[in-house]
Amino acid sequence: MQAQSTYNYTVVRQFAIMTVVWGIVGMLVGVLIAAQLIWPDLNLAPWLSYGRLRPLHTNAVIFAFGGSALFATSYYVVQRTCHARLFGGGLAAFTFWGWQAVIVLAAVTLPLGYTSSKEYAELEWPIDILITLVWVSYAVVFFGTVAKRKTPHIYVANWFFGAFILTVAVLHLVNSAAIPVSLTKSYSAYAGVQDAMVQWWYGHNAVGFFLTAGFLGMMYYFIPKQAGRPVYSYRLSVVHFWALIFTYMWAGPHHLHYTALPDWAQSIGMIFSLVLLAPSWGGMINGIMTLSGAWHKLRTDPILKFLVVSLSFYGMSTFEGPMMSIKTVNALSHYTDWTIGHVHSGALGWVGMVTIGSLYYLIPRLFGRTEMHSIKLVTLHFWVATIGIVLYIAAMWIAGVMQGLMWRAVNPDGTLTYAFVESVKATYPYYAVRLLGGVLYFSGMLIMAWNVYKTVVGQKAVDAQIPAAAGAHA
Amino acid sequence: MDINLMRSVITVVLFVAFIGIVVWAWGKGRRADFDAAARLPLDDDLAEREIARNGRVQQ
Repeated sequence: MQAQSTYNYTVVRQFAIMTVVWGIVGMLVGVLIAAQLIWPDLNLAPWLSYGRLRPLHTNAVIFAFGGSALFATSYYVVQRTCHARLFGGGLAAFTFWGWQAVIVLAAVTLPLGYTSSKEYAELEWPIDILITLVWVSYAVVFFGTVAKRKTPHIYVANWFFGAFILTVAVLHLVNSAAIPVSLTKSYSAYAGVQDAMVQWWYGHNAVGFFLTAGFLGMMYYFIPKQAGRPVYSYRLSVVHFWALIFTYMWAGPHHLHYTALPDWAQSIGMIFSLVLLAPSWGGMINGIMTLSGAWHKLRTDPILKFLVVSLSFYGMSTFEGPMMSIKTVNALSHYTDWTIGHVHSGALGWVGMVTIGSLYYLIPRLFGRTEMHSIKLVTLHFWVATIGIVLYIAAMWIAGVMQGLMWRAVNPDGTLTYAFVESVKATYPYYAVRLLGGVLYFSGMLIMAWNVYKTVVGQKAVDAQIPAAAGAHA
Repeated sequence: MDINLMRSVITVVLFVAFIGIVVWAWGKGRRADFDAAARLPLDDDLAEREIARNGRVQQ
C-alpha cells in the first residue's frame, strides 16, 4: 500500500539529473563548434569535424537536455496536479532508458556520419523507430495519469504538456517517413519542394511544440509555485493555449522564403508567423503578471530571476521571429548569423533559463530538501548565464546584419561589392565574442552541476505522499 | 464537394470554434471553476504540510 500512496519520483529524479548531464555535454559540443568557426584547425578528425558535430550539438541540447527536462517536469507536474501516481511504472522506466538509448545512439551515429540530412531529424530510421516506441509509451504514461486524476480539473500546464506530446508524435511520424535501403541509410518518402515543406512544417512545429508548448507547461507550474501565487489570469491561459494551437501549425513556410515553394504558401507562412505574436505575448504577459504584487521577491530569489528572465527572452524572441518572417526582412536575415542569434535568444534565454529555474526548484524537493545547497551559486549561475546570452546574441545580431548587407551590396556596374570570403573575414571578431558568451553559459552549467552534486550527495531519495490517497486511507 | 471549398470551410469552422472558446472562457459561469483550477499547483503544498502535521489530510 505504501507504494500506492506516494508519487513516482524515481523517473523524475533520473530525468532531472540527466538534464544537467546532457546540458553540459550538448553545450560543450556547442562551444567546440563555435571555436572551430574561429580556428578551423580544430577540425581534428572526420568525426570531430564541424559538419558532423553541429547536428550532434543541436540534437544534444534540444532532445537530450530539453527532452530530459520535459520528461522530468511533465512527470512531476502531472502527478502533483492530478493527485495521482504516475500511470504504468514499468512503462515510465522504459521511457527513461529508451530515451537515454536514443541519445547515446545519436552521440555515436552522428559523429560517424550517419544522417538522414533532415535538420533536427538527422537520426537514421532504426533510431526513429525507437523514438516512436518511447514516445508512444510517454503518451500512454502521461495521458494515463491524467485519466486517473483525483482532481476535478486538468491544470493548464498539463494541457500544454499534452499538446506537446501529441503534436511531436505526429510531426515525428510524418517527417521521418523514409524508404530504408540498408540498416544505416534511408531516403525521405518525399521529394523536392514537398520534402522541403514537410521538413519545415516539422522543423518549425518542433520549435512550436517541443521548445515552446512543453516549456510553457513548465512555466505555468513553476512560476506560480515559486512566486507562491496562482497564475495571473486562468482564462487568458485557456485562450493562450488554443490560440497557440490554432496558429503554430501554419508558420513553417517562413523557413522557405524565396525558394521553389509557391509564393502564396510563403505568404501564408509569413502572415501566420505575424499572428503568432499575439498568443506568444499573451502567454508571456500572463507569466510575468503572475508576479504582480510580489515583485520584491525578484530581488532576492535567483530562481524567480531565472524564470522571469526566461519569459523576457521568450517575449524578445517571439517578437523577433515574426519580424524575421516578413519577406523583406527575411531577404536580409536569411542564411546569416542573425538566425543563429535569434535561435539562441530562444534556446539559451527562454528554454535554457526556464529549465534551469525549474530544476533548481525541483531537484532539492526530489531529495527531501527545500532548497539547493547554495543559493549564492544559483545567483552566480544566473548572472554568468545572462551575461553569456547577451554577449552571444548581440554578437550574432551585428554579425548577421553585417553579412546580409555585405552580400547584397552591389557596385554601380552591377557587380558584387564583396566576395563571400570578405564577409567571413569580417565576422571573425563576432565569432570570438560569441565563443566567449557560449563559454560563460557553459560555465554556468558547470556551477549548476557542482551545486546539484552538493545538494543530492548523501541525501535519501524522497517520494512525496499523495494527498487524496492518504486521506482516503485515514 | 470540391476539395478546395472543403479546405475553406474547415478553416472558417476552426476560426469560429476559436471565437467560441474565447467567449466561453470569458463567460461569467467559468469564474469559480477557473479559480479552483488555478489553485491546483499551490494547494498540493498545503496538503503536503497537513500530511506532515497530522499524518493525513483533513477531509
